[in-house]
Amino acid sequence: MKQFWKSMLRSPSGVIGLIILVLAIAVAVFGPLLFPNSPWRMVQRPFLPPFTLSTVPLGTDALGRDVFAGMIFGARVSLLVGLVSTLVALIVGVPVGAMAGYFGGKVDDALMRFTEFFQTIPSFALAIVLVAILQPSIYSIVASIAVVSWPPVARLVRGEVLSLRTREYVQAAVVTGQSNTWIILREILPNALSPVIVLASLMVATAILLESSLAFLGLGDPNLISWGYMVGAGRTVIRQAWWITVFPGVAILISVLGLNLIGEGLNDALNPRLSREGR
Amino acid sequence: MLSFVAQRVVKGVIVLLAIVVLNFFLIRLAPGDPAVVMAGEAGASDQIFVQQLKEKFGLDKPLPEQLFIYVKGIATLDLGFSFRQQAPVSKLILERLPATLLLTLTAFTISLMLGVLFGTFAARFAGTFLDTAITVFALIFYAMPIFWVALMGILLFSVTTDWLPSFGYETVGANLTGLAHVIDVAQHLIMPAMTLGLFFMATYTRMTRASMLEVKRLDFVKTARAKGLSDAVIQRRHVLRNALLPVVTLAGVHSGTLIGGAVITETVFAWPGIGRLMYDALLQRDYNLLLGVFVICSAMVLIFNLITDLVYRLVDPRIEYAT
Repeated sequence: MKQFWKSMLRSPSGVIGLIILVLAIAVAVFGPLLFPNSPWRMVQRPFLPPFTLSTVPLGTDALGRDVFAGMIFGARVSLLVGLVSTLVALIVGVPVGAMAGYFGGKVDDALMRFTEFFQTIPSFALAIVLVAILQPSIYSIVASIAVVSWPPVARLVRGEVLSLRTREYVQAAVVTGQSNTWIILREILPNALSPVIVLASLMVATAILLESSLAFLGLGDPNLISWGYMVGAGRTVIRQAWWITVFPGVAILISVLGLNLIGEGLNDALNPRLSREGR
Repeated sequence: MLSFVAQRVVKGVIVLLAIVVLNFFLIRLAPGDPAVVMAGEAGASDQIFVQQLKEKFGLDKPLPEQLFIYVKGIATLDLGFSFRQQAPVSKLILERLPATLLLTLTAFTISLMLGVLFGTFAARFAGTFLDTAITVFALIFYAMPIFWVALMGILLFSVTTDWLPSFGYETVGANLTGLAHVIDVAQHLIMPAMTLGLFFMATYTRMTRASMLEVKRLDFVKTARAKGLSDAVIQRRHVLRNALLPVVTLAGVHSGTLIGGAVITETVFAWPGIGRLMYDALLQRDYNLLLGVFVICSAMVLIFNLITDLVYRLVDPRIEYAT
């Protein structure tokens, strides 16, 4: 573990990514406590430009709502959706991949055809259709993002399990009569974890992008403010008020960038052999 | 080669069939009885009309039979009827398909060419300032949501500088013909295509760079160098050709993302393609149209995947076909 942090902190992208993520989480957790302005309430005249009033630093939108408050409350939604939907995708993808890789044969065939099927369907189009049909809510959004993002997990885990299951220590466990579940859970999966962690950090980034795109199209949870919704709402007045669309977009960009950097840092730290740094 | 193509086509058709079945059940997940929803969309919801609709679309029959009717309909390109637009779904989609193909193919071509170019440069000058600059830009472009790129493009090139039109496929009411029309469409195409292409350009840049650096270290490159080949020839014929393989695979994997990006790009720029059609269907909760577009998008992805598979086989120097 100590070794891991050491190599993680040696990679510049990992450090920058970690700083961004810690800041984003701090904003999401403590921001709403420090800035109790409701993002839905009218606080000033509409279209107040940014940097004119210190109480409303980033100006107001078409309805006089505080853009800064929206960004702080939006951080909660983006991070929460990103993390939870990734978690759900892992809960689906890891068992599918583990079973396919471990049992092989017909089980593998069936599960992989199933996975490939979901991978072929255009993911964003499927997410749109699912949220539209299930009606937009935080649950349907998380579910849809999870449905479209689990296949790469299954394929990755399958590959790892496939290479691990022929190792001697696994064979030894088989010979000593351990149950399949025990072998998969205790012997194989812990060793297959590091590439999954790397993938998961990138998946959170993709999930945040997906959520913001859905919200932009009007498929966000109507009760929760999110960055994508703000950009979508500012879109029609972009000629009069650039700040309504610019700032929330920057917030999305920075969080996604941070998570991608963490993914790279983790990759360097966990798989030093696979490190793709140019010499 | 031929049997490979046939095999892939059969596989594609099976997947498409599965998607159609999935679609069938998705329609039934939509809130409300489909007949009642349809009647509502048509503007009348009395009992007799609902019953007529049920009979017309076979909704009074058992589920397996309904499924059969639905699949048969799609096999003959009948994707149902859009009551909101008062037109068959397949007709609406066919009208919009050319614009989407123009947009996605342009975006794809631009992003692939620029991505491979920048990636090659970055790998060639690995570790220098140029490499760092390209890598940082690629990282940023990779993290930007497409809808935001689109709006920033409009802000920069339409609102501030008035260089490019911000919406539509052509200048409305100009009735241009010949070359003037082509130029007009091209002007409208630049911003949407660049918007959609930016993310993919970043992806291909990163992939080409990583892949070239990896191939460069392989033994056959050393051999080529030992043979006394010039650096340029080694880069082009040996390194790039092999480094492109993962890029081609990635292009296939990303075809679905390209279509998804087209939905957003077309929405922002009012580009009259099937992505915009999907957005309109979404706003009006026109489920028949929405799911029709979904099926066609899936079919497009399958065709694109088939093409990339073929290209892979053509590019890969390790695979040779007995004729």
